[in-house]
Amino acid sequence: MSVADLLAGKRVCVCGGSGGVGKTTTSAAIALGMAAQGAKVAVVTIDPAKRLANALGLEELENEPRRVEPERLAPAGLELKGELWAMMLDPKRTFDDLIERLAPTPERAHEILENRVYRELSTAVSGSQEFTAIAKLYDLDHDGDFDLLVLDTPPSRNALDFLDAPGRLTSFLEGRALKAFLRPTGFGMRVIGRPVGVVLGGLRKITGVDLLADLSTFFGLLGSMTEDFSRRAAQVERMLKSDSTAFLLISSAQSEAIDEAIWFRRTLEQGELPFAGVVVNRVHHDILGDADADDVDSELTGLLPDQLAGRVAENFRDYHVLARRDEQNIARLEPELDGRPLLLVPHFDDDVHDVVGLLRIHRYLFASEAERAQMIADVVA
Amino acid sequence: MRRVTHTRLYSQTPGRFLPRPGRAAAGASVFCPAVPGLLDRRLIFVTGKGGVGKSTVATALGLLAARAGLRTIVVELSSQERVQRTFEHQAELFREVELAPRLFTISVDPQHSMEEYLRIRIGPLGHALGSSKLFQAFAMATPGMRELLSIGKIWELAQLQRKTRGAAPYDLVIVDAPATGHGVGILRTPRTFAEIARVGPIANQGRDIAATIADPSFTAVVAVALPEEMPVNETLSLRDALDREGLTLQRVVMNAVYPARFSDDQVAELNGALERSESSLARAAVRAAVSEHLRAETQREQIGRLRDGLGGSVVVELPFVFADHIGIPELERLADELELGLAEPDPAGEVLI
Repeated sequence: MSVADLLAGKRVCVCGGSGGVGKTTTSAAIALGMAAQGAKVAVVTIDPAKRLANALGLEELENEPRRVEPERLAPAGLELKGELWAMMLDPKRTFDDLIERLAPTPERAHEILENRVYRELSTAVSGSQEFTAIAKLYDLDHDGDFDLLVLDTPPSRNALDFLDAPGRLTSFLEGRALKAFLRPTGFGMRVIGRPVGVVLGGLRKITGVDLLADLSTFFGLLGSMTEDFSRRAAQVERMLKSDSTAFLLISSAQSEAIDEAIWFRRTLEQGELPFAGVVVNRVHHDILGDADADDVDSELTGLLPDQLAGRVAENFRDYHVLARRDEQNIARLEPELDGRPLLLVPHFDDDVHDVVGLLRIHRYLFASEAERAQMIADVVA
Repeated sequence: MRRVTHTRLYSQTPGRFLPRPGRAAAGASVFCPAVPGLLDRRLIFVTGKGGVGKSTVATALGLLAARAGLRTIVVELSSQERVQRTFEHQAELFREVELAPRLFTISVDPQHSMEEYLRIRIGPLGHALGSSKLFQAFAMATPGMRELLSIGKIWELAQLQRKTRGAAPYDLVIVDAPATGHGVGILRTPRTFAEIARVGPIANQGRDIAATIADPSFTAVVAVALPEEMPVNETLSLRDALDREGLTLQRVVMNAVYPARFSDDQVAELNGALERSESSLARAAVRAAVSEHLRAETQREQIGRLRDGLGGSVVVELPFVFADHIGIPELERLADELELGLAEPDPAGEVLI
């Protein structure tokens, strides 16, 4: 099973997993591989670190995908039958865009964009990235310009927020809370009844009147747009749960990353989100086989000077500790997968961060099972 | 410039607290008593890119501080209770738990912090509010509120006069902060709120917290990095992001550095052996050695790039731990390494520990 098989007929691929497991590189390699096979693919990263940029030559945050020039990939010997597009999401601009599109009039849009609460919140606060990423993904899918969208999500605990974000915002916007909030004084206070009055009184006491007034104006401005927001949220949820979406988990073989992958897998199941498989990066493959670690010393005798042989053996034992660790962690993950594929990518000798590195991961992900086994055997032997 | 050192519980001497076990009067702080070191702050944020070992470094730092006699708490924000699990402690949520002598931990959760805050701040009405679904929906849906509540709780932990009833104060609060992008966000939230709210309790408290964070004798920011391209990039941009907030990146802990086991000459010898040897086991071992040498070399380049980029020697290195998991013995060893690394004075003559 290769990534190409996993993604056949899919329109959206969401890559999730904890930080530092090579998620961004893997997402880009997946997009690259699908583009090589003829699809028009866009990879979207919402990570604030400019990682994809380094690999794909994107210079700045944007809110529309930009085509990666084929010449960038040619020196590495890869020809694309399709097209590769990439973007680093600019949350602020995407948020602004959304407001401009959903506001009933340009004046209203302008008022919201100029509102102090909106300006602070759309830039300063972390939840906005998750929210805008999903908004963007939905728009790109809706526009239908691409055969496949690959989304690189923030680390998984945030990614949960990111799955929650549309729902949280809309249930807030359309709920009683908002309606009460819109009329914090006067007539509204009298008709909404005591419990809400207490809540607002409490809020005012804690937040200070100014914050309340500013927030109230802000939500008042957004008020007429709540229906659009909740309609969109429902559509986003449909998109994420649809058969044409695939959630791929990216992990390393370290305990914490595997724990996160298992947790993420269960979360997907609870949320009825379509889980496609796991990619485990940086695997230390067992190079000992049936031999005994202590045999290494005798095998090295005569081949190398004693002191050097000792260090080589010591290094080997250290490596073997990691290989065994990886094996145990992967064995822990496997029963969680319901037979979904597990793709292993070895720990390479150097750091992967350019197009050549991207292609190296790509080769493993898009190989057949037999080819991959052979590649691993070549690394190990 | 002589900086004010905050009051300690166990010693009132600025710049020099309890004698550290095994170091006695040889402690470098004796020579520059007026300059506070890292552990002389009351609040340390440990941040960095995801997966670089923030929790491990935060915990090892906590262990080091506790060994030095400081009543220390390591605060987790991700509800993962990693610190407790490392100490094989039955996970307890939202409580201050003692893991080792003087070493405590707590997992901070925004919702729980809000309920606590309301109870303390406005009494029974607060209690009623905290349990109101409507109010919760409001507060949690207000962007940034979760961060503000978390940092408010951290601030409370760092106060000499604790607001939590019956709670004893800490000498040092170490925060296992979210990954860098979010990490700067959380440091900036109080100011953002203070600016929006202008008046009222939230504005006042936001300003108080922001002032505490901006005070370099009270608060330190430590980044954890790996000697790889992307984490180094991210550490440099973290430094810039902190600069823009008027904050300083005090230290970078370079985690998981491979040992320099082989010289270039030896690697040439290894490559020769690879040509000669018929034994597949010997070849595998030699190949693993060459691989590690290459990785170690790549790491050295990245460490050099970080040091150049930071423009000063504020980098402390921790060795790669070859173990199937990080348990107490591994943490003890990392704490030893941190102690050694932090004890070296940097070019400015500042004592780091």
